[in-house]
Amino acid sequence: MKERFRISDTDKKLLSVYFTAGFPQRDDTVHIISELEKSGVDFIEIGLPFSDPLADGPVIQHSSSVAIRNGMSAKLLFAQLSRIRESVKIPLVIMGYFNSILQYGVGEFLEKCAEVGIDALIVPDLPLEIYVSDYEQLFAKFGIGMVFLVTPQTSEDRIRQIDATSNAFIYLVSSAALTGNKSDFGKNHEDYFMRVSNMALHNQLVTGFGIHDKATFDSATKFTSGAIVGSAFIRHLEKFGARSISDFVRQFH
Amino acid sequence: MKYEVDKNGFYGDFGGAFVPEMLYPNLAQLRDNYRRICETDDFQKQFRDLLRDYAGRPTPLYRASRLSEKYGANIYLKREDLCHTGAHKINNTIGQILLAKHLGKSRIIAETGAGQHGVATATVCALANLECIVYMGEIDMKRQEPNVARMKMLGAEVRPAKSGSKTLKDATNEAIHDWISNPEDTYYLIGSVVGPHPYPDLVTRFQSVISEEITRQLSEKENRAHPDFVLACVGGGSNAAGAFYHFLDEPGVRLIAVEAGGHGVDSGESAATSVLGKPGIIHGSKTLLMQTDDGQITEPYSISAGLDYPGIGPLHAHLFASGRAEFVSATDDEAMEAGRELCQLEGIIPAIESAHALAALKKIKFDKEDVVVVCLSGRGDKDLGTYIDYFNL
Repeated sequence: MKERFRISDTDKKLLSVYFTAGFPQRDDTVHIISELEKSGVDFIEIGLPFSDPLADGPVIQHSSSVAIRNGMSAKLLFAQLSRIRESVKIPLVIMGYFNSILQYGVGEFLEKCAEVGIDALIVPDLPLEIYVSDYEQLFAKFGIGMVFLVTPQTSEDRIRQIDATSNAFIYLVSSAALTGNKSDFGKNHEDYFMRVSNMALHNQLVTGFGIHDKATFDSATKFTSGAIVGSAFIRHLEKFGARSISDFVRQFH
Repeated sequence: MKYEVDKNGFYGDFGGAFVPEMLYPNLAQLRDNYRRICETDDFQKQFRDLLRDYAGRPTPLYRASRLSEKYGANIYLKREDLCHTGAHKINNTIGQILLAKHLGKSRIIAETGAGQHGVATATVCALANLECIVYMGEIDMKRQEPNVARMKMLGAEVRPAKSGSKTLKDATNEAIHDWISNPEDTYYLIGSVVGPHPYPDLVTRFQSVISEEITRQLSEKENRAHPDFVLACVGGGSNAAGAFYHFLDEPGVRLIAVEAGGHGVDSGESAATSVLGKPGIIHGSKTLLMQTDDGQITEPYSISAGLDYPGIGPLHAHLFASGRAEFVSATDDEAMEAGRELCQLEGIIPAIESAHALAALKKIKFDKEDVVVVCLSGRGDKDLGTYIDYFNL
């Protein structure tokens, strides 16, 4: 699984883009994924919208409520993705909150992920301990990877535990903030990226939260394998719709 | 005890700490230290002294003779409405502010629905000289205006929650967002028995002074430590948790949890979570939750801002699932009538939240000898506008 998220060119940084399924229009999902792949994105996070997203800032909160109003649901998302692997090759990750998965049925959700070709999940509010005790075997059974978050406050011991359990990559949260923060990264951030990077973990590190332009992308990836752009892309979709995706992606190359 | 939280923070199937990693260090610090800190003699002395000298405890257990006559039972009111700041909420905020000081935190955040917890938090922050920020749904700020003014007088900043239904659920989301963004100096002072472990247990322990006093007071008045019934309203459920706590392992005591029926449980405008909810995750806790089939949290409705919450505390979900407590609901109309009845029979204006508990008196068949305790969790001053509009006074 970890290999799926590595790229052969070690000098190149991974670029990942997040979007909320069902936003701006209900049926944009496949189009957005295809355009992102064509534009050279290395892997994609598909956001399953939730009414009360605890880790997300106003931009993703807004896109989530629009998507829910548009009728997006896990069931609809899986239907939209049913033939995605006929055309799209890059890794696909679903990011969602645990209640959506719980209501679908965790086993059923994972089975469906495997069926449509999802590689891994990011579930910010499914804690490591409960994942290990209740769900790790189920994820393994369906061959779905799990991505855990590390923050500036995460202790070294806990980072080691997270590294031992993660099997896709580690999501390095850039700062103590929600998604969509627009401030730049300073020395504190880079020290933190470097500190975790120096731990020589088994999983590669991908930075997320607050990456909104080339400068923040470069700074975020100086010590890590790549970075994830989320809210900035949602803002772009809000403004331009699902068109001109390649223009947006180009700024990060 | 059968109904204590287990080492992983669960009550049966409910509870836990389903939170993003950003909150893990703060919750772990709290989880690993709260019992140790709260059980020290020093902490207990400070807590007990403040409850007595500052909050005005013990609150009276008052035998309501006209109400008793009307319903054919010995009805006692546990007068939490006489606490400083007008509700039971101060019991918890005194405990948590002492804890926050022990943990060295300098900035306090809270959520509030009816504003009672916000006022109680602003009060203890003034007392402890700590910065205080209270998140409150924009709609609740309008319907509970006097409490907004009180918080401001006490030096707190009240920040409107403008997302979703603009009520308690959204205020709680905003408070959690604030905590994620300020992980070092900030203590989140939760007002009910909700949220991630250890909050439900922490708040239950601080509120358990209510049933501790009931036990003692009943022994004096009725020569028995246990009532036949305890009635309390449940939004998140902190006054109910406190009023039930010392009777949880006494199966002879019938525990009645009263939820807000709104316009009627089947009307689509209700907050009766035990009827309308199913297991899910809200605000970091696995509990009964009002939600769509897809797991989107739905907007509850009640005339009472303090009961307008789509979940219940995980302890209550467990009491419901195990059958230990009986859950009933009272509609807006039933609660408003019960509120007016208490004014006219006993000369006490109850909070609309507490009026829901009173409304349940009509729904239970009592024997004449039954000893019934109703937790009168708060006073109705904050609700005068709503009462006046409702009754066209």
